[in-house]
Amino acid sequence: MYDAPNPATNVDQQDIKITAKGVQVYYGETHAIKDVDVNIVDRAVTSFIGPSGCGKSTFLRCLNRMNDTIDICRVEGDIRIDGDDIYDKRVDPVQLRAKVGMVFQKPNPFPKSIYDNVAYGPRIHGLAKNKADLDVIVERALRRGAIWDEVKDRLDAPGTGLSGGQQQRLCIARAVATEPEVLLMDEPCSALDPIATAQVEELIDELRRDYTVVIVTHSMQQAARVSQKTAFFHLGDLVEYGETDQIFTNPKDERTERYVTGRIG
Amino acid sequence: MGMLPFAILLVAAIVGYMINLQSARAIRADGTKLHSLSGFHGLFSALLVLVPVLTFVLLWLGFEGAVIESLMFASLPTGTLDGLGTGEVQLIGAEIRSIAGGRVFGTPEDWKLAAADRLIAYEAWSDWLLIAAVAALSVALVLFARSRVAPEYRARQQVEKITTGLMIFCATVAIFTTIGIVFALTYETFKFFQMVPLSEFLFGTSWEPQIPIREDQIAAEGAFGAVPVFLGTIVIATIALTVAVPVGLLTAIYLNEFAPHAVRSVIKPILEILAGVPTVVYGFFAILVVAPALRELGADLGLDVASNTALAAGGVMGVMLIPFISSFADDALSAVPQSLRDGALALGATRGEMMMNVLFPAAIPGIVGGVLLAVSRAIGETMIVVMAAGLIARMTINPLDSVTAVTVQIVTLLIGDTAFDSPKTLAAFALGMMLFLATLVINVFALRIVRKYREIYD
Ligand SMILES: Nc1ncnc2c1ncn2[C@@H]1O[C@H](COP(=O)(O)OP(=O)(O)OP(=O)(O)O)[C@@H](O)[C@H]1O
Ligand SMILES: [Mg+2]
Repeated sequence: MYDAPNPATNVDQQDIKITAKGVQVYYGETHAIKDVDVNIVDRAVTSFIGPSGCGKSTFLRCLNRMNDTIDICRVEGDIRIDGDDIYDKRVDPVQLRAKVGMVFQKPNPFPKSIYDNVAYGPRIHGLAKNKADLDVIVERALRRGAIWDEVKDRLDAPGTGLSGGQQQRLCIARAVATEPEVLLMDEPCSALDPIATAQVEELIDELRRDYTVVIVTHSMQQAARVSQKTAFFHLGDLVEYGETDQIFTNPKDERTERYVTGRIG
Repeated sequence: MGMLPFAILLVAAIVGYMINLQSARAIRADGTKLHSLSGFHGLFSALLVLVPVLTFVLLWLGFEGAVIESLMFASLPTGTLDGLGTGEVQLIGAEIRSIAGGRVFGTPEDWKLAAADRLIAYEAWSDWLLIAAVAALSVALVLFARSRVAPEYRARQQVEKITTGLMIFCATVAIFTTIGIVFALTYETFKFFQMVPLSEFLFGTSWEPQIPIREDQIAAEGAFGAVPVFLGTIVIATIALTVAVPVGLLTAIYLNEFAPHAVRSVIKPILEILAGVPTVVYGFFAILVVAPALRELGADLGLDVASNTALAAGGVMGVMLIPFISSFADDALSAVPQSLRDGALALGATRGEMMMNVLFPAAIPGIVGGVLLAVSRAIGETMIVVMAAGLIARMTINPLDSVTAVTVQIVTLLIGDTAFDSPKTLAAFALGMMLFLATLVINVFALRIVRKYREIYD
């Protein structure tokens, strides 16, 4: 056991998965993200916090180029995943999104069966060689999404017929079914009750073993519970970024302190 | 003179409004709190006068003619009309009326001249009576409304009740019109089937309504077999949908998801213009451009092409339906929530995959509804087929042949000298009934699908 990781230095020694340098995002004339630099650590949960409208979702959507689908949105700067510039001309956003999964604020299952919802990604990316293969992938994903036991008897039922919390876990299962390396979650619990939230948080904690997870949240407690790193955004600036413990107990910036103690935002 | 009752009514309503408004304001000026705003007291008076008196005037005008005429007949010297049939009595009535109107032909009998004078007198009486009644009713209602003005009187609720009643009335106008149409159609259709057996109409394969074979045997066997007529409609509608559905759907998909903003802003208005082109213009297009072009093409290929082909009529009808289908499909696609698009794209789907696997299936009920409505438009479409399709009913499904359509037959059956008791004319109603039933079934079906689809996302 001589090589057991030292908990105190654990996070610092981990690899960097995503590096962003000098990122600027504009919606038409609106300058939504102002010169953000951030390094996101592999196999850890990073949370983005900040008052509404500060650009958390915008920055998150830069990481899988979902902003490309918004006509008026313009992204500048340098964002690399595993050292590769994802905004390079040669990068196909479609392939990038297979590698960088995303879960949205509102559960958005397709109006298809539970099985087909989860099988959607593997199918379009040709991950399964045959039906049996696909069955295995779907089951594994549903188990990862902590929803297998609830739906295993009704895989043919429509995904839209599940409860809100189940739908959100189905969407998480759908996202992990494509075997992404990074999982982006934009307020994944905001539509859920405390029990479903607890389930999803537990799930996020488990996903950390295999994925790099970035989560946007409005709940300080949630950020404190699930994440190792926290980034505080304010009016498009990344004000402070560091260990979650440090951000919540000993913030360096006054704005961060006011926000985490509930005095602004 | 004819407008005077309406003028009185209008003035009464305005005066009633002002009186109630003023008295309500006066109460409030005293410092008392009114339940309803002064305006509602005014409106209450105006509506209370307008609605019943207007109804009264319209009813009066509706029955006036009949009442006066029966009075006039009753005043004729006893025995004048004895032994005359209804037709002759009507003729006498018409003659007296035209004399009263100042158009005297020949030298009418004295009793007719006297009757005409009485008719004029009755009409004058009726006018004055109406005016008096309107004035009296209006004044009474204005006074009644004025007497209601009180701090706790619920004028607003009364106004709401009256306007709700008016809205219900307006909403039922369409329903009663439909019921009326159905009744008229059913009646005539019933008469038709007393002359021609239903089985012959539904299953006969020969349609020759124009040629009575013998005087006493108008409904000769086979002459009213509607199968070829319906077959023609089906052929033309099928061609039209074969053109319109794929083109319309692809247009909608392109505009909805792939078209750059600039392209969309050009094509959309053009489609709207296309949707507004009168069908008679499409008819011109079919006979002047499409039909000759088809004939030439057929000649080049060595095909035998009729001059009024089903293809020309159906193809042009298809063009007419393109904007219809594309706007329906566009709406259905736009109604699919953005979150589903994002969900698919975030999984690494291309836009095409997203469209095929997610958007299109989610929109399919709306699209099917639109297509079904297009079907019922296609089978009911008249002008294009009247101009571009043939007149002779043939048992053929060859699109290069000339076929006729149900609507064409209805039009031709009712053109020219028509007596409304011959099977020839009545056949038009039977055809219309069939068409009505077919479109009714399709529309009900389509609307159910569309509604079911709404339930998913709202
Ligand atoms: N599609 C868009 N078009 C134009 N402006 C946008 C768009 N999306 C976001 N913005 C603007 O960008 C800024 C940042 O928005 P963003 O959605 O990233 O905020 P957020 O931090 O996620 O807020 P919330 O916590 O409310 O989700 C806001 O000022 C917003 O108005
Ligand atoms: Mg957001």
